[in-house]
Amino acid sequence: MSTTKYPSERLKSWGKAKTLRENYYRDFAEAHDKGGIRWAGGAWSFDAIPAGLGEDVWCLTGEPYGATVAFNKELALECQEAIETKGFARDLCSYMRNYWGSIILNKYAWPQYSEEFPKPDFMWQDHICCSHAKWYQVASDLEGGIPTFSIDVSVGPYEELTESRLNYIVGQMHDGIKWLEKTTSRDYNDELLIKAVQNEFRTCHYWAAICELNKTIPAPLDEKSMYALYVLGTLRKSSQWTADYYEKELYPEIKDRVKRGIAAVENEQCRIMTDTQPPWAFLKVFRYLEKYGCVSIGSLYTFSLIGLWEDKEDGTWGPRSIPEIEITNRDEALRALAEWNLSKPEWQHFYHPKLKSEMMIRIAREWKLDGVLLHFNRGCEGLSLGIAENRLAIQKAGFPVMPFEGNMGDEREFDLTRTMARIDAFMESLGMKKLVD
Amino acid sequence: MTTIGIDLGAKNTKVVILRDGEILTTASVLSGFDQKASADEAVNNALRNVGIARDEIKYITATGAGMDAITFANDTVTEISANARGITAVFPSVRTVIDVGAEEGRVIRLNENGKVVDFGINEKCAAGAGAFTEAMARALEVDLEKMGEMSLKSTKAVPMNAQCTIFAESEVVSLIHQKTPKEDIIRAVHDAIADRITSMARRVGIEKEVALVGGVANNIGFVDSMTRNLGYDLLVPKDPVVPEFIPAYGAALLAQDELNGG
Ligand code: SF4
Repeated sequence: MSTTKYPSERLKSWGKAKTLRENYYRDFAEAHDKGGIRWAGGAWSFDAIPAGLGEDVWCLTGEPYGATVAFNKELALECQEAIETKGFARDLCSYMRNYWGSIILNKYAWPQYSEEFPKPDFMWQDHICCSHAKWYQVASDLEGGIPTFSIDVSVGPYEELTESRLNYIVGQMHDGIKWLEKTTSRDYNDELLIKAVQNEFRTCHYWAAICELNKTIPAPLDEKSMYALYVLGTLRKSSQWTADYYEKELYPEIKDRVKRGIAAVENEQCRIMTDTQPPWAFLKVFRYLEKYGCVSIGSLYTFSLIGLWEDKEDGTWGPRSIPEIEITNRDEALRALAEWNLSKPEWQHFYHPKLKSEMMIRIAREWKLDGVLLHFNRGCEGLSLGIAENRLAIQKAGFPVMPFEGNMGDEREFDLTRTMARIDAFMESLGMKKLVD
Repeated sequence: MTTIGIDLGAKNTKVVILRDGEILTTASVLSGFDQKASADEAVNNALRNVGIARDEIKYITATGAGMDAITFANDTVTEISANARGITAVFPSVRTVIDVGAEEGRVIRLNENGKVVDFGINEKCAAGAGAFTEAMARALEVDLEKMGEMSLKSTKAVPMNAQCTIFAESEVVSLIHQKTPKEDIIRAVHDAIADRITSMARRVGIEKEVALVGGVANNIGFVDSMTRNLGYDLLVPKDPVVPEFIPAYGAALLAQDELNGG
């Protein structure tokens, strides 16, 4: 018996996303061969700022790198054992451990571009999770001492933003630019900074606009595919290639899928969201859900690690509008960049789980969900903070929740068989039957 | 209309035969390596008990860890759904089911219609389940069946902190070396399981009435530990089926529901 309810087709722009990602890791590895600079830092660092050093500056962001390692089970285990042997605890951020392990082993996760882990010229980080600045402090030590700069962004939730809090961050950014000039012996180009800030506006806006299209039934995108797409924003959100890809290729394609009723899961009959990073070595969990005709439409994590959101006039949650401002100098650019980033939804719950619960419940309602799967992720204290409270709040709002334990980057803490058995029970409790075996 | 529910658990395979809502018989065999053969044996024993031919069975629903091996079943359901259906038939007022089987502990919260609203399953280790008591009985050289009675004679609470069955065994050995009375050690074992199960139950949210099912519910010492831990009495099914048959009973009822149009 055929269970196909909706037409489905592969994403046309899928290959492009793959190429962009590969180019990114290649460019970082080969930066020095081209006379360029390479830096390392977190996916949330203000990458638009080092962009002012020139167009031959390439970066490596730690979280997606840690996830890439996690996806490769053998390498991940090697990295974890290497870092544990060095005396680092097993309960630290698992991306961070994968990254440090890569340094110690001197192995790059993209051996086709470099067998050795490419040493960055400087570290450029910001700090909101307890692990952020420490990550690069230790990485610098492990590399034998690399100049490191970190901007503290923990000024409180966006709804309580004041001028003095903003000034605190902008002041550090100005200092950071002086530090970059001194560290690299290069002159700083404000034009390139302004261009990068504008790119970042587009990246964050269009990624959110793409996720918003998933309010449609059937959902044009499933979360497993979204992982391969949102990652570009975590690699380099201020680049022209990321912004152009989201605005000019992916967004029009997803819009067209909505118009034509193309589904990500052809037998969609149940909609859920997840939370926090998935156990990367076990993405087959999403394929398992599809046997029930269940599509994960995304998560607060996939929507807003990079995407920015705002309240729309009709009361819905939609992509934050690109600021209609003319940026004419460095200070204006930095101020706009700081203000923009401080509204990032994924930064809010570092201050109170209530803020995260509100956003999650909003997604559950507006994206018309039947239930929620929460990954109690032992690998990321930052995003798992308050997740048990989120569970209670979401349940109270009327949405069934299934928590499962695991670790995004350390497969030793995830049990696939038991998780699938738990999914079976959850799907049954939602009244779903397997459509295919 | 005759239906069968099979619960292929980690230790025993249980079968319930139902006719028009009435239990005709039950049967249980040890779950062997060949799970399908165990299911066959249990079903044949049950059919023989009541002199019914296999082709009189209209629908078979399987549940339990090995349910997928029962290829002759018409349908499968998880232990969560089977427990929910079974307990609602026995105690309609129950809102929380605590199921402690050989290798798993589960807590299920139900609404007034018997629908599952939330559930929890023990993570990773069997320290909160029946296999734990068995391992401890072996370490203490005590019959498993005597554990309950003996623990009720305990006069002293002894803390036991091990998070896993293997480590708990060495903790028991060191308690034996300290000359701790066996009764107190057995109570410590039951208290340790009860602690884990209760904390899982609190996470899921406990609503009265609370029923205790699964093979470990036959252990009066464990029931006592659970009652002390929770601070109120638990309902333990006796009639028409004993605790370990609730999932098989639920599966048989779900089979009947299926024939009645779901
Ligand atoms: S937020 Fe999570 S992934 Fe990021 S640094 Fe903190 S612990 Fe690691």
